[in-house]
Amino acid sequence: MIEKALKGSSVYWGWVIFLLCIIGAGFIAYLYQLKVGLGVTGMSRDISWGVYIAQFTYFVGVAAGAVMLVIPKYLHHYTKYAKVVVFGEFLAIAAVVMCLLFIIVDIGQPMRMMNVVLHPTPHSMLFYDMIVLNGYLIINIICGYNTLLADKKGLPCPGWVKPFIYLSIPWAISIHTVTAFLYAGLPGRHFWLTAIMAPRFLASAFAAGPSLLVMILLFVRKVTKFDPGEEALQNIARTICYAMIVNFFFMGMEFFTAFYSNIPGHKATLEYLFWGIGQYGNLVPFMRACIIIGFAGIFILLVPPIRRNPFWLAVGCACVFLATWIDKGVGLVIGGFIPNPLEMITEYHPTFPEITIATAIWAVGGLILTILYKVAISVREEEQRI
Amino acid sequence: MSMMDRRKFLKVAGLSTLIGLGGSSAFELLKPGKVDAEMEHGAHGHHEAANEEGKETGPKTRWAMLIDMKAITKEKAEKIIHTCHYLHNVPNWGNPKDEIKWIWEEEYEHVFTDSYNEYDEVLEKLPFLLMCNHCDEPPCARVCPVEATFRRPDGVVAQDYHRCIGCRFCMAACPYGSRSFNWLDPRVALKKEMAQGRKLNKQFPTRMRGVVEKCNFCVERLDAGKKPACVEACPDVMHFGNLADENSNVRKILRERISLRRKLELGTKPSVFYLV
Repeated sequence: MIEKALKGSSVYWGWVIFLLCIIGAGFIAYLYQLKVGLGVTGMSRDISWGVYIAQFTYFVGVAAGAVMLVIPKYLHHYTKYAKVVVFGEFLAIAAVVMCLLFIIVDIGQPMRMMNVVLHPTPHSMLFYDMIVLNGYLIINIICGYNTLLADKKGLPCPGWVKPFIYLSIPWAISIHTVTAFLYAGLPGRHFWLTAIMAPRFLASAFAAGPSLLVMILLFVRKVTKFDPGEEALQNIARTICYAMIVNFFFMGMEFFTAFYSNIPGHKATLEYLFWGIGQYGNLVPFMRACIIIGFAGIFILLVPPIRRNPFWLAVGCACVFLATWIDKGVGLVIGGFIPNPLEMITEYHPTFPEITIATAIWAVGGLILTILYKVAISVREEEQRI
Repeated sequence: MSMMDRRKFLKVAGLSTLIGLGGSSAFELLKPGKVDAEMEHGAHGHHEAANEEGKETGPKTRWAMLIDMKAITKEKAEKIIHTCHYLHNVPNWGNPKDEIKWIWEEEYEHVFTDSYNEYDEVLEKLPFLLMCNHCDEPPCARVCPVEATFRRPDGVVAQDYHRCIGCRFCMAACPYGSRSFNWLDPRVALKKEMAQGRKLNKQFPTRMRGVVEKCNFCVERLDAGKKPACVEACPDVMHFGNLADENSNVRKILRERISLRRKLELGTKPSVFYLV
């Protein structure tokens, strides 16, 4: 089945080579970082996590988003998702691999990485994060590969795969819950210390993952013979819209608690992110854009005639994807460090090597996705010919 | 050696609790500080030789530092910082981004962010010394995925530079901003400083890039029966002693003086007191 990734048009190969070039550049930048140290990044004593951990957090959400297709298909036997659910699973695989890579490039002593396994520490949330992320990767490889293989042979999915599919549902919830716990359990970081962190993570995940999926499927429908089905796309778009509304609702609750209680520590990060504090306001344009773009996305996906237009559907999904990315991939992690525990402000400026490495990990995700989707689309095209 | 025993015990205890064999609940698992203290007390009671006659059920030793804000001056603060950073080979990068610091000076309003009194014009002018608080319930040790940072039975929150993977979870968890990360190779900075006349302390190891470090309460000196270097540098400002012994020097001072601790509402139970 995998051999289908080796037969493709010149455009396909051009795209693969383009991604490989970005990965190569990132690899060189990583060797440089490995040699000199994490000092080549913009991170500092005050902003001790940056682009890498922020991207990690965002893509855990993208990975968890696949469950929005698995639940209707396998728990409610919604057959319209039968042809697309595998694309959700493959997206999860690519996203989890990105997450693992973002962790590896972020740690100061990567050669000691196995210490996490050699000295298991059940009171650390990172220990559980390691278990759930690797588990989710394996589960999705098992489910994705076997369902596609069964489709290719025209047989129903083998019985032994079913338990893994059901397991993938709570497991998807767990990866993002545990990731939220990395932040929500820390004393003294007011912005993160909120019980609503995990629910909000899940809401934004269920918007972010499927919105990326719809954009890719719209593209696939345009350039290949595979049709994911209009009804399937419309329904995913509805899910995205609801999830995004819930996400913004939760965000509003954070604002209410902070500003009505008027407790300075709780307000500080929100003030920094949306209005700036004194001369510090690097993230203000990003966060304001996030709100505007997010509401635009909700509007587009909420109004049926607009949503049914493929162009606007793509725009709406792009809006949601971008807004959730700014919210979680920029504001959440960086914002948590501002102000610092001494209530002083240090801002964060990612460096060129840092961005090169992060872009390369995006490219790795893109490459994995390209190869897996190529295989899946070839199988689907064969089905349609029959 | 005893540290390894403790780790092995924790591992077995943790795993057996997870599968329901151990007697302790999962809730206790999430509180490593407590488990450590109780376990060490039962299994390796001989460690606490400092206070053999202790009748309390709690640990027999809990080291604490008292900083006398009535005795401190700018000059003394600088002497303390210099002594500590020299003895522990703490590099001076000369910029806040790569900065490593074990003990440093800060203003009142940044030190007591929760209880800052803007009308107190006396405290406002004093050079507060900040360091690791060696919490009784250290959040840094709770989040560390490899137990590279852990609470010793005598209350010192120690850091194992050879096990640390550099994930910096402890830096996010510390509510006092007491931890520094070696963003670059600290030996490069030290070499540069040595060319300008800085001396290296050959009795204490230098670190490598990619690991976290902080004040260690001078464990290397404590284990040799000595007091921390900052206490030796300014004995009238820094008072070090056993908080668990009610007849100790620190308990006597705490009975007589008004003291402040940082961010008590977080439940970390800091072991550093400011006498005002």
